[in-house]
Order: sequence, then structure tokens, then C-alpha cells
Amino acid sequence: MLDWIPTVSPLSVVLIPFIGAALIALAASRPFLRDLFCWLTPIPFFIAVLGQLPNVLAGAGGTQALVALLPGLEIGFAIKPLGMMFALLASTLWLLATPYALGYLKHAGHSNIGRFMACYAIALGAAAGIAFSENLLTLYIFYEILSISTYPLVAHSGDKTSRDGARTYIALLLVTSVGLMLPAMVWIWQATGTLSFTSGGILSGEMLSPAAGALLLVLLLFGIGKAALMPFHRWLPAAMVAPTPVSALLHAVAVVKAGVFSVLTVVLYIFGLDYIVTLATHPFMLYLAVFTMLAASLVAIQQDNLKARLAYSTVSQLAYIVTGALLAVDLAAIGGGMHMLMHGFGKITLFFCAGAIYLGSGIKTISAMDGLGRRMPVTMIAFFIGALCVIGLPPTGGFWSKLYLVTGAWSAGHYVVVGAFMLSTLLNIGYLLPPVMRAFLKPPADEQKIAKAKEAPLLCLIPLSLTALGTIVLFFAAGAAFNLLSPAIP
Amino acid sequence: MNVTEWMPFIVLIPLIAGPICILLPGQRLPWLLAMLSAASALIIAGFTFAEVITNGTLRYAFGNWQPPIGIEYRVDAANAFVALLITGMASIMLAWGKPTVDVEIPERQSSFYALFLLAFAGLLGITLTGDIFNVFVFLEISSLATYALIAHGQDRRALVAAFRYLMMGTVGATFLLIGIGFLYIMTGTLNMMELAERLPALADSRATQVGLAFIVVGFSIKLALFPMHHWLPNAYTYAPSLVTAFLAATATKVALYVLLRFVFTVFAPDYSDAAMPLAIAFAVLAIAGMFAGSWIAIFQKNLKRLLAYSSVAQVGYMVLGASFVTVVGVTASFLHLFNHGLIKGALFMAAGIVFHQIGSARLEDMRGLGRVMPWTLTGFALAGLSLIGIPPTVGFVSKWYLISAAIDAGQTWIVVLILISSLLAVVYIAKLIELFWMQPRPADSPVVQEASPALLIPLWLMVFANFYFGIDTRLTVGGATAAAQAILGVPVGGLP
Amino acid sequence: MNILSFFNYWAVILLMMIGYYGMIVCGNMIKKIIGLAIFQTAAFILFISAGKVIGGATPILREGIALYSNPLPHVLILTAIVVGVATTAVGLALTVRIYEAFDTIDDDAIDTLEDDK
Repeated sequence: MLDWIPTVSPLSVVLIPFIGAALIALAASRPFLRDLFCWLTPIPFFIAVLGQLPNVLAGAGGTQALVALLPGLEIGFAIKPLGMMFALLASTLWLLATPYALGYLKHAGHSNIGRFMACYAIALGAAAGIAFSENLLTLYIFYEILSISTYPLVAHSGDKTSRDGARTYIALLLVTSVGLMLPAMVWIWQATGTLSFTSGGILSGEMLSPAAGALLLVLLLFGIGKAALMPFHRWLPAAMVAPTPVSALLHAVAVVKAGVFSVLTVVLYIFGLDYIVTLATHPFMLYLAVFTMLAASLVAIQQDNLKARLAYSTVSQLAYIVTGALLAVDLAAIGGGMHMLMHGFGKITLFFCAGAIYLGSGIKTISAMDGLGRRMPVTMIAFFIGALCVIGLPPTGGFWSKLYLVTGAWSAGHYVVVGAFMLSTLLNIGYLLPPVMRAFLKPPADEQKIAKAKEAPLLCLIPLSLTALGTIVLFFAAGAAFNLLSPAIP
Repeated sequence: MNVTEWMPFIVLIPLIAGPICILLPGQRLPWLLAMLSAASALIIAGFTFAEVITNGTLRYAFGNWQPPIGIEYRVDAANAFVALLITGMASIMLAWGKPTVDVEIPERQSSFYALFLLAFAGLLGITLTGDIFNVFVFLEISSLATYALIAHGQDRRALVAAFRYLMMGTVGATFLLIGIGFLYIMTGTLNMMELAERLPALADSRATQVGLAFIVVGFSIKLALFPMHHWLPNAYTYAPSLVTAFLAATATKVALYVLLRFVFTVFAPDYSDAAMPLAIAFAVLAIAGMFAGSWIAIFQKNLKRLLAYSSVAQVGYMVLGASFVTVVGVTASFLHLFNHGLIKGALFMAAGIVFHQIGSARLEDMRGLGRVMPWTLTGFALAGLSLIGIPPTVGFVSKWYLISAAIDAGQTWIVVLILISSLLAVVYIAKLIELFWMQPRPADSPVVQEASPALLIPLWLMVFANFYFGIDTRLTVGGATAAAQAILGVPVGGLP
Repeated sequence: MNILSFFNYWAVILLMMIGYYGMIVCGNMIKKIIGLAIFQTAAFILFISAGKVIGGATPILREGIALYSNPLPHVLILTAIVVGVATTAVGLALTVRIYEAFDTIDDDAIDTLEDDK
């Protein structure tokens, strides 16, 4: 079906957004040209990513070794099913997020659009680099590029709150990656002489003392700060000072999914499912993830600011995926991988809606949303569908991923985790449906404000409708995702 | 071409060109001569490096007087590597710095360039010679020229900085002279290789130990090893931009090289460690410097001074690598020596361009400058990322090796300290980036333009080098490994 | 072999300490330079005195003499003296310029002047 697309090398795929970013930056002072490049860059990127799919499905994803950074330590790419899914998710949503971002920025009167869109493109290139990494070092390089390139986006508006938020953001991400992940990486390299992602893991009990293995697990899981495991989750709410397109594509999809993708990859291909369950810290980390899942949901319920609520919801949903990885059974790992996809579509819809609500009515808090559904029906219906997907109710894709996660936990015998999943789903309902109910069922609290509200511009409205539609399509297409992912688990 | 015959010209060309330079009139000719001699020295140094890596050590006895009577140049992978760095840096700095010199030193440029060449020749002489008294002489040639160069700064405080550096520098050099005297009294030779042969027999002699102590302290002052760094911040802050960039990229590096040469080649590594707890002393001072330098840098209000304190911290990283006394550790040291030359060179070049455009190095005058001078400050930011150690830059490769060396030496707690201190670098670089881009330009600030391509192209070459050598590490890691093996006396292999 | 048999070293140490003391304590830059010069001279004497071989003659090749003093330290110190003179000259030149710029050559006074800015 996809044979007509030429298959290019992984490096070329990764380079497309970077080239696009350079073009956008160079054309920053010419609005027409700049917008043209912004529109055009995601398209070849998407096609190039899609072109990798047939080979991955055939079990022979492209590989490419670039240079030896240090003797015996190469920068290289290898496309594996999990990475393929992440890249497809990011490239698809970038296609939709670009018009949204341009529409949002212009409508909200932001300046420096060139810098913004260039960094946006770099972040996507870095996400693709993470997805296609052949080894931990390559992953780390793109991980850091992603952190750095999103910093200007978070601080974009340049006032004091956004500077403070951006400072927390970059500080936490760099402290965890430089302070914990880097030494863990050097340590693994010293112990095994390789950092390649290998099916079944490269670490084993013979190479490391039990204490060392246990410490490495902690270092890596906390070191991948983008997975927002508590107590290193503060950067995600802090990042909400960014313009909504950033929160939508990056802090609901690219950045956080890069984090959980890294966790999944590390668990599957560095530790290996068999080795990880023998580590002394494994139960602790598993229950920390479960705790994060519940605690973040509880915090989310108390947030009145819509974006803050969504941010804590993201922290909680990421913990689902980490839990799925740490359950160390194949069904749960596949469920984690699928939840990356499903939550990505669901959460970007919610953020798109939050941005559209702000643009259309100036409302940022949930308490002010009473009666908004009559003025912004499309947005609120999309919000409802997105919420269903994040909660995990049919007919949306989120249903399948949560089903696999729960089944996986059940088959692993972790009944406490099963209970936690259930409880957390109830909490999801508790924080995601009230905005919808307020908007549709309650009479307007502030008549004047609501009366002035109108749907956001089409550039914003169409993408959010499409992603909402996407969550429903995924309900029926989940089998394809399962087939793509299942070879990833040994 | 016989490389051995040409090798001494690396030093001789700038040394001879220096006096000629004074006689040249105008602004263009002296610069051209300096540029030409730096470039030709670079070419010869390149050939020398290639030759040394493939065929091993080169020796050249001056006037065909064989050692111990004559002075011998003895070039192995270590000094060839350092010479390559110095000549490369001098070439790119000269290619870059002419516009800044035209503004900062409008008159008598011929003597300025002559001094520059002398400082350059002195550094190369220290690097290439195999005779310890010759080290002292070249050290003084380069130091005296450097004092005068620093005094060329526009601010009158440059004079005071130069004077204080002269005081400390001369004390350091005299300490070195005393140390050399002790070694000569005990062994009767000044040739490094003969010293290395004779010293083991004198292992228990108190006099050689004292000699070593004097030498280590003398070079530590030149190296600006914490807490002997007091001359450095003022000197870097007030010197002309070209001088600051050149010194930052080379001077402390040469001091480190020659210190390692003494500690590891002239004295055996285990001797230096047994006679005095040098490894521990280096480790403690290095770590103290890493923290103190970065910490002080965070609070600086002057861009050049901030970078100078950062240099104090970075010297700590270099010394720390050597303090492990392993091949990996010394490799990390040499690697960071080279890489930090690239990083700080780029940063000081960018700082120099900013100074050239706005006439100030105070941070408060630079608010929002990123929008006005995007090319310069993007270059600065990228080099700053390299300083922090973000991949894929040279700073990352350095850090990787340093952490590897620490784990290899079993010093896990040092890994923690390295990581914490490098997070301090994140603080001051992030502070600058925020200042340049995230703050609005004050309304009353003067109109500023982006610098001319003549200034920007060399800067971007350096930035590019920061990334290129962060990805293709064959030259740097290979050279540093060979250098470490040479200086520790391990048999030299080819490039990996 | 008693303490006095190393009297040259005692002289060196004494001179060195005098010079160093002068450099540190005196605020006047000229006095600092004088201290520096004494300090350097001490190092020179260390070298030169080491070249003396007991019973050795001046190192001029002539008949009937078997034992010569070592000439090499003298030659080396000749170079070092030149370096020392150059250092003093640069130091004095800087002092002149500092006097022109600050109207004082007192180190502490300059510090207070700088703080004002």
C-alpha cells in the first residue's frame, strides 16, 4: 500500500525538520516566505517517515551508522517498531499542529514567529532522532537537543512568569539528564562496552553487582526527566506558561512522549524485561510510577486553570506508560506503547481546545467555562471526544491501550496496580468531564463574556476537529498499531 | 620534505617575524606579516603532527650541538598536539581580530603585532623544547610580551592588571628557575630525557623533591590553578579582545602541558605521586577551582570577567583528569585542553565582537542584544552549549572522557562532583542566554548593528569546529590519547 | 659539614625572603619592583654558587689546570639576568603609565580609585 513512497535513509528523515528550521530562520523577516516554509516542512517529513513503515512492518527497519563519536561508540540510527510508532505520531500531529500554531500565534499577536517556528521544527527533528536512535548515546544527543530547542518556546512571550517557568523547565530537564542519565550511560558503557539497543537488553546479572544494577535503574528512570516521574515532574506544569501550540504538540506529544519512549526503550533494550524484575529497586520504581499516576490525578482535580489541569493529567498519563513498561510483561509493554499513541491524539485535542477556548473567549479557567458550549460547540465537542480518549472509553483509541495495560497488570499478578488503574480512570473522569458538563449543561455565569465568545479561527478549529476524529479512527485501527508493536517485545 | 629540519621553524618563524614586524609601517602590513607567520607555523605544525603520529618522536639539535651540550627540540605526540592547537588558534584569532585591533589600538599597531608574535613564539618554544632551561627562557619571552599586550587594553585598569600579572608571573617564573636550579645541581643536566634517566637514582633526595615542588607551584601560577588564579580575571577582562581570546585559548593550555611534561615525563608518574601527594593535591585544587570558578562566574556583571572565571573552573577539569594518573585520565586532560581552547576561543571571540559593536563588556548593556546581533550571539549560545557539555559538541566529548576516567579510576564520588559543578555552568550560560534573548532591549539603548562578516566568519568557523570535533573525534581523541601515552611514557601507537 | 658550610644557601634564602617581603608589604609599585629584583637575584645566586667547584679554577682552558669550575650556570644566569632586566624594565614602564593614568603608584590607593567606578 505504501510501496510507492521512496524509502530514504533515517538520517535524511531526521534532517528534514532541521533544514526546514534553517530555512524558516533565514526567512524570518519575510512573513510570506517564512509561512511557506512552515507549511511545507512537515509534509516531506511525514512522507519520509511513512516511507519507513513498510520495511519496519517487514521486520527490517532501516539502519544507518554515522560516525564513531568515541572509539567503539557510534552515532547511528535503527528504526524499530516502537520508534516507528513514535515518529509516525509526531509527524502526523505536526502536520496538524502547524496550521494551528500559525493561526494561534497570529491571532494572539505574538512576535518572533520565525524563531518560534524554527525551534518548533528543531524539536520535531530531535523527536525523530530520538525515535530512530540505534543506541543510548544517539538517543541522549537528540534528547538534549530537544530540551534546548524547546527552552526558547517555553520562554517565548518573554515576561517574568514565562522566564521563571522556562527556568524551572530547563533546570529540571538538564539537571536530571546531565546529573543522572549521563553518568548512568557512562557507567553502562564502562561495564558492557556498548550502548546499542539490543532485543532482550544488554545488561545482565553477571556484568553488574545487584546494587549497581539497582542504582542504574533509579538513575535512568529519574534521569529521563521528560517522563515526568515524581518528584521530577515540576517542569511540566512550569512549561504551561508557553503558548498553547507548544503545550499541545510538545508538552503533550513530542517532549513527554520522547520521555516515555526513552523509558520504554531503556527498559526493553538496555535492561531487558527478564533482568529488570530481578533488581532490588524495581518494585520501588513500579510503585512510584503508580503513586505518580494517582497523585497527579488528585492534583489535577484541584486545578482550576485548564492548562494546569491538563498538564497534571499528562503527568498522570505518562505514569501509566512507565507503569506499563515496569510491569515487565509483554501485554503491558505493548499497552504502554499504544498509550503513547492514543494519549498523544487525545491530549493534543484537549490542548488544541484549551488554546481555542482562550483565543475565542479569553477564558483560561474551568470555573469560567459555564455555558460556553453554546457559543463554541465544535471546540467543546472535540474536547469531549479528546477527554473520552484520555479516560479510555470507547469509541476512542484510548480504550484499547488502557485495556492492554490492565490486562498486562492482571497477567503479571500485580492486582494492586490493576486497582490503581481503575481508581485512576475514575479520577480521570473526575477532572476531564466537568469542563464539558459545565460548558454544555450550566447556564453562563458571566453572560457578557460568554456572549462575546465565538469559535476560534478556522486554522485552529480544523486541526482540533481532525485530531478528535483521529481518536475515533484509532478505535477502529488499533489492530494495526498492535501488529506494528508486537514484534518490538521479545 | 624532511619534517625534522622544518620543525624548529614553527618557533623560529614568529620569533624572527616579531622584530621585523616593528619596522613595518601602517596597519595592514604588520597584520599581514603576523597572519602569514601564524599560518605558516600552522602548516608546519600540521605536518609535524602527522609525522609524529605515524613515525614517532622527532629530535632536532640546534646548531648540531648534541645534548647535553646543545639545546634539543624533542617533539612527541604531546607537544605536537599542543603546538597544533596554538598555531591553529593564533591563525584563526589573527584572521578574526584585525577589526577589533583597529578600534581598540588605533596607533602603533606594528609594535602590538610584534608583541603578539613574540608571545606566540614563546608559547610555541615552551611547547617544543626538550631543554628545561629553554622552557624558562621561552616562558619569560611569552610572559613579558603578554604583560605588554594586556597593558594595551583601552581601560586604564588594564595597566594595573598587567602590573599585577607581572608580579605574580615573575614570581612563578622565578620559582621555576629555582626548581630548575635544584634539578641541575642534583643531576648536572638540563635535557628532559637525560633528567628522566638520572632522576630515579635520586628518588630519595630531598633536593629533587623541593625542586619538583618549586616547579609545580611555578607552573600552577601560570596555569591559574585555583587558588593561584588571581591574576587571570583582571588580565582577561581588560586586555584587548584579540589578546584575551588568544590567551584564553592557548596560554593556560601551554602551562598545563608543560606542567604535565615535568610531572609525568621528567619525573616518573609514580615518583611525583610518592614523593609528594601530588595527585591528591591536584584533585583537591582542581575540584575547588571547578566549584569556586563557576560559582563566582554566576555573579559577574562583566561578560569577559564571567568567561574568565569560567576559565578558572575549566582549568580545574583539565587538572582533574591528570590527577587520576592514568592514560584515560591524562587523555581526558589533553582532550579538554584542546576542546576548551575551541570553546573559550569561540566564546571570547563572540564577546570581543559584542565589545567591538557596543563598546562595552557590561552585561547590563547587553539586554535583548540577541535580536539585534543574532549571528554573533547565536554563535555565543552554541559555544555556550559546548561549554556546558551538551551533545554533539566538543564539551560533551570532554565531559564523557572525564567521567569515564573518574569511573575507570574508581572515583565515583568525583563523578558526582563533576556533574554538580557542570550544572553551575548551566546556570551562568542560561543566565546569559536569557539576558540576550528573553529580555527586551531597553528603549534608551544606542542603535547597534550586527557585526561585519569579517568578524563573523571566523567566529562561526570556531563554532563549527566545536560541533565538528564533537562528532568526528578521530583527530582530537586520537591526538589526545597519543599525547597521554607519550607524556606517560607508554609506547605510542598510530591513530585508532 | 655544618650549617655554615651551606652559607651560600642561607644567603639565598635571606635575600629571597627580603625580596618577597618587599613585594607583598610595600604598596608603592617601585618598591614592589625592587623587591622583585632582589627576589630574582636570590635565584641567580643560587645558580651561580652551585657552579663553583671547590678547588676548581676559572673555566678558561689553559695548561696545568685539571679542575675547572662549572661555567654553565654562569651562562644560564647571564640569560636569566637579561630576562630579569627586561622584566624590571617592563614593570617600570607600566608604573610610569599607571602614574599617568591614576596619578598615584600606590597599589591600595588604586584599589580605592577602582572601587569608585
